[in-house]
Amino acid sequence: MFSKNEFSVKRRFSDFLGLHSKLANKYLHVGYIVPPAPEKSIVGMTKVKVGKEDLSSTEFVEKRRAALERYLQRTVKHPTLLQDPDLRQFLESSELPRAVNTQALSGAGILRMVNKAADAVNKMTIKMNESDAWFEEKQQQFENLDQQLRKLHANVEALVCHRKELSANTAAFAKSAAMLGNSEDHTALSRALSQLAEVEEKIDQLHQEQAFADFYMFSELLSDYIRLIAAVKGVFDHRMKCWQKWEDAQITLLKKRETEAKMMVANKPDKIQQAKNEIREWEAKVQQGERDFEQISKTIRKEVGRFEKERVKDFKTVIIKYLESLVQTQQQLIKYWEAFLPEAKAIA
Amino acid sequence: MKQKNLNHILHPHIRTVTELKAINVDLQSDAALQVDISDALSERDKVKFTVHTKSSLPNFKQNEFSVVRQHEEFIWLHDSFVENEDYAGYIIPPAPPRPDFDASREKLQKLGEGEGSMTKEEFTKMKQELEAEYLAIFKKTVAMHEVFLCRVAAHPILRKDLNFHVFLEYNQDLSVRGKNKKEKLEDFFKNMVKSADGVIVSGVKDVDDFFEHERTFLLEYHNRVKDASAKSDRMTRSHKSAADDYNRIGSSLYALGTQDSTDICKFFLKVSELFDKTRKIEARVSADEDLKLSDLLKYYLRESQAAKDLLYRRSRSLVDYENANKALDKARAKNKDVLQAETSQQLCCQKFEKISESAKQELIDFKTRRVAAFRKNLVELAELELKHAKVMS
Repeated sequence: MFSKNEFSVKRRFSDFLGLHSKLANKYLHVGYIVPPAPEKSIVGMTKVKVGKEDLSSTEFVEKRRAALERYLQRTVKHPTLLQDPDLRQFLESSELPRAVNTQALSGAGILRMVNKAADAVNKMTIKMNESDAWFEEKQQQFENLDQQLRKLHANVEALVCHRKELSANTAAFAKSAAMLGNSEDHTALSRALSQLAEVEEKIDQLHQEQAFADFYMFSELLSDYIRLIAAVKGVFDHRMKCWQKWEDAQITLLKKRETEAKMMVANKPDKIQQAKNEIREWEAKVQQGERDFEQISKTIRKEVGRFEKERVKDFKTVIIKYLESLVQTQQQLIKYWEAFLPEAKAIA
Repeated sequence: MKQKNLNHILHPHIRTVTELKAINVDLQSDAALQVDISDALSERDKVKFTVHTKSSLPNFKQNEFSVVRQHEEFIWLHDSFVENEDYAGYIIPPAPPRPDFDASREKLQKLGEGEGSMTKEEFTKMKQELEAEYLAIFKKTVAMHEVFLCRVAAHPILRKDLNFHVFLEYNQDLSVRGKNKKEKLEDFFKNMVKSADGVIVSGVKDVDDFFEHERTFLLEYHNRVKDASAKSDRMTRSHKSAADDYNRIGSSLYALGTQDSTDICKFFLKVSELFDKTRKIEARVSADEDLKLSDLLKYYLRESQAAKDLLYRRSRSLVDYENANKALDKARAKNKDVLQAETSQQLCCQKFEKISESAKQELIDFKTRRVAAFRKNLVELAELELKHAKVMS
């Protein structure tokens, strides 16, 4: 499928957003779950642009890199999207036309926001006769899942925060213990206290690493899925809009038939011909609407099935990896404390 | 009704607290006098300790007996030692801190109020958390009161104190009311005078190298212990917060597991169980750290303060002695009230020497005790951390 086995290209963040917007425009409204791109962060980006060489901006860049990687991996896993020429161009070609209209505060950006709001209002007013219980069930499930994931995400974020705090406090304590060891005049105890300080310092490092793991594995997985579920909900909404279009077409057809009947009664031959033309037009539209609706329903069923499988696999892999990281931390802790124990015992 | 229910659960009856005697080490099982707190009951705002004594000394009417005491009575005993001039040359064992359940009580109230807004499962979990916390604070306060009594009982001079015997034996209320506002104000002023005086007195260089060295050492040590104790506290608290987070994550995973339709739900339930177990262990880690490290440091903070107080009293008596000498010289020069000056000088001299003698021994003992206590606690800390880490992996 590709011209070479291994290749790499340089891309900007806005290129990713451009790719996503192209794919979304092509596939979302026919029922494909297009993975959402990472969000813009005006604050984070400004810091990096200003050239702040500190921990938070390196963290920010790393966070973004990891998020973009996950985004691309999800997108290429999708068999239909993989065939898309835009995606191929994105991955392969060395020069990419600059994606425009991706800035948050540009005209296009504002238009997007307005459209989103309009969609939300429309959703509330569409009253769909759901003939298929499967869709209703699934929608409810996704609502629940969304809520649960958000709660879990908040809890994991709290853990990340506390773990970082613990690391800072441990470092402070290590310094303090070292000072205490210095002022202690009993030599063996003094040495033991200095050892304790060293152990705590190492533990602080451990905590920091664990905090990273907490975050990158667990927390980001959850926030990715929260956005993915938003995309899923979007797809369901498109189906509703499709249904609405079909309904509207049917209503219009009915009106046109009434008009024809009226013209027949009023005996206006040219108007009758016009009415007949319109009826043909709208019959075709109704048929198309029905076909579209059935197509989107079928696509969604397939997509949701695939999504669920992916979700299960994703969660299992990541959580297992995360638990492994927790175990590793514990094993390191064991090593450190085992080294300290003889020192403590040596205090005479 | 619900409020009363919770209150009832959070007032435990504790049996033995042997595991928490960690701080005090050299409490030889002395057949002559053995003191411990065999029971404790928490009621409303008060904690009632059952002080149990076993003694072969003739001063007591029986060989084994128990009385019920409250915190104020411990403070009364401590203060009576401090105010006794005869004990100026000893390190007075520091008074146990007041039992403080306010924070827990607040949390309990919040829990009661928020009961409607969380699932039954969450509520039970949080209640358990609170109960564990309350129990831990309770155990700690019992241990600290016991340590105080044991230190007094182990001290060769203090254990003979009459007030102490009354405290142990008199089986009715000692009627020591807490200090009223006026007395508290007096105390406050006394403390201010003392610290100002302490600054003046510490300026005087000591003739004795041992004491000079001890003074510099203690000052620095005290400050560093204070710092280490504060930081250790914060570290322990962060640990506990992280453990609490595990708890909530476990609940959320459980909720996910029960609601999910795919076969991932069993997986979620298992992981949720795991988090629960992890959380219990992490909570224990933080509690143990708290006990072995933070409490050790806090205790030695108080003890080093008591040692500093001893040095202060000695310096004070030295200054008094030197002043008395000067007065004697002046009196001899003027040949007026010489006898009076002589007697007062002699008294000061005696007092000073007595204090110096016992102080030296006390400070040496302090060091021995401190080293032993640190050793014991650090070893236990390391062993516990190892145990927990092995269980978790």
